[in-house]
Amino acid sequence: MITRVIPRLDVKGPNLVKGVHLEGLRVLGKPEMFARHYYQQGADELLFVDVVASLYGRNSILDLVERTANEIFIPLSVGGGLRSLDDIRAVLRAGADKVTLNTAAVRRPEFISEAARHFGSSTIVISIEAIRRNDGGYEAYTDNGREKTGLDAVSWAVQAVELGAGELLVTSIDREGTGRGYDLELTERIVRAVPVPVIACGGAGSVEHVAQVLETGAAAAALASLLHYNVARRSRAEPSEFSPHINLAHLDQPGFAKVQDAELPELKAHLAARGMASRPLPAHV
Amino acid sequence: MSELPPPRAAIVDYGTGNLYNVSRACQHVGLEAAITTSPEEVLSADAVILPGVGSMPEAMRSLEQNGLSDALKTVAGRGTPLLGICLGMQLLMEEGSEFTRHAGLGILPGSVARFPDKGTDGAELKVPHIGWNAVGRPPGSSGAWRDTPLEATPDGEYMYFVHSYHVVPANTESVVGVSRYGGIEFCSVVSAGAVFGCQFHPERSGSQGLRIYREFSRLLVSRQHSSF
Repeated sequence: MITRVIPRLDVKGPNLVKGVHLEGLRVLGKPEMFARHYYQQGADELLFVDVVASLYGRNSILDLVERTANEIFIPLSVGGGLRSLDDIRAVLRAGADKVTLNTAAVRRPEFISEAARHFGSSTIVISIEAIRRNDGGYEAYTDNGREKTGLDAVSWAVQAVELGAGELLVTSIDREGTGRGYDLELTERIVRAVPVPVIACGGAGSVEHVAQVLETGAAAAALASLLHYNVARRSRAEPSEFSPHINLAHLDQPGFAKVQDAELPELKAHLAARGMASRPLPAHV
Repeated sequence: MSELPPPRAAIVDYGTGNLYNVSRACQHVGLEAAITTSPEEVLSADAVILPGVGSMPEAMRSLEQNGLSDALKTVAGRGTPLLGICLGMQLLMEEGSEFTRHAGLGILPGSVARFPDKGTDGAELKVPHIGWNAVGRPPGSSGAWRDTPLEATPDGEYMYFVHSYHVVPANTESVVGVSRYGGIEFCSVVSAGAVFGCQFHPERSGSQGLRIYREFSRLLVSRQHSSF
């Protein structure tokens, strides 16, 4: 099994943002700059999530996807607020290869089948945002972890695949942005329950966390803080038109000590040392 | 010698799949390529690219309804360079899988098979196969990638795959690239005359994939010069 590492870029209007538990978003810089950097460093795919799509309209993410697709030739997944076949078509036309769906799929599960029939199963990634319940189970949420669905995350994963999802993006809201490591139990339960690849997301605070979640059988690991803060600090140090907007004050707060900085080549070297194969780095790195 | 117009490729649009990134990759390497639904434009192009993701029966239905199926068979028959990508490679075959028996374009003899639920080690195999994987010369082959779009590609280069089915060409000599998933060896590149197909997505395979588009473009230019 050849593992994948997928930088996740949460986007709000023109900015790359990052929060904790998908809330308290702070601006880290321009998504284009991060995307280019990760492409050059050998990222296996990129994931863009428009975190406020329903509030602000979608034109800015379409522009971003188009600009990125013109210079970056690795798979690009795009999600956030996609509600219709026309929405999906527009994002694919702009240059996305896959779309991630959550709220629209929960509201009307047949939407998964319609989307898979139109665009192919492998284009449709169902995003499951889960919070651990007191009874040890997991509940699926929508709207960046704000709305309960009443759905058991594992059963919903199974249903989504039966309806045509080609891949699942499983995010632990509990762990997201904390740097405390992925929710291995959540990931493993879903990996065992479905026949399609699972992308684990939420909680990576060290390169070893990534290795741990891939050991559960996840096909890929998505990550943000682990990679972003490093790039953001550097871009703050090199004054540019973006640097005045970058807000990193929170990084000095105690909780953030949990997130270590890493670069993709270092992460891949760690995975290789742990016996996990991944795409070799591009020659120029 | 007078300057020849640059070769023009037609990217076949039959309503499924993501053609835009194929078009962007062509543009990036300086290959003039237009997305088209028109059989006439396919017939008049210097080269044809057949991309696609999705299901083979639906794709065939769409190609037939739009008159593109006949145009593709014609261009393949007269030796116009034809590049099939992913589902576009599978469509070149005679028939689809045993469970959904249906006709492909029949440009190459052979069929299409789905990955099994388990790998050769008995462990569950996640399908679709999504991700980067090595593309190598078939074991025991003389291994010439000369005069194919793989000419500048090193043996074992990683490319990006997204698929649940793979081709099983009847003519093993046309299998010029193989990959492994769950221990199962499958044909990832097929080449026969002017027909070339790859199961992976070169337009999504970084600079390694762009090199394949660049070689394809270069072959078209040299072909054009040799035929005048």
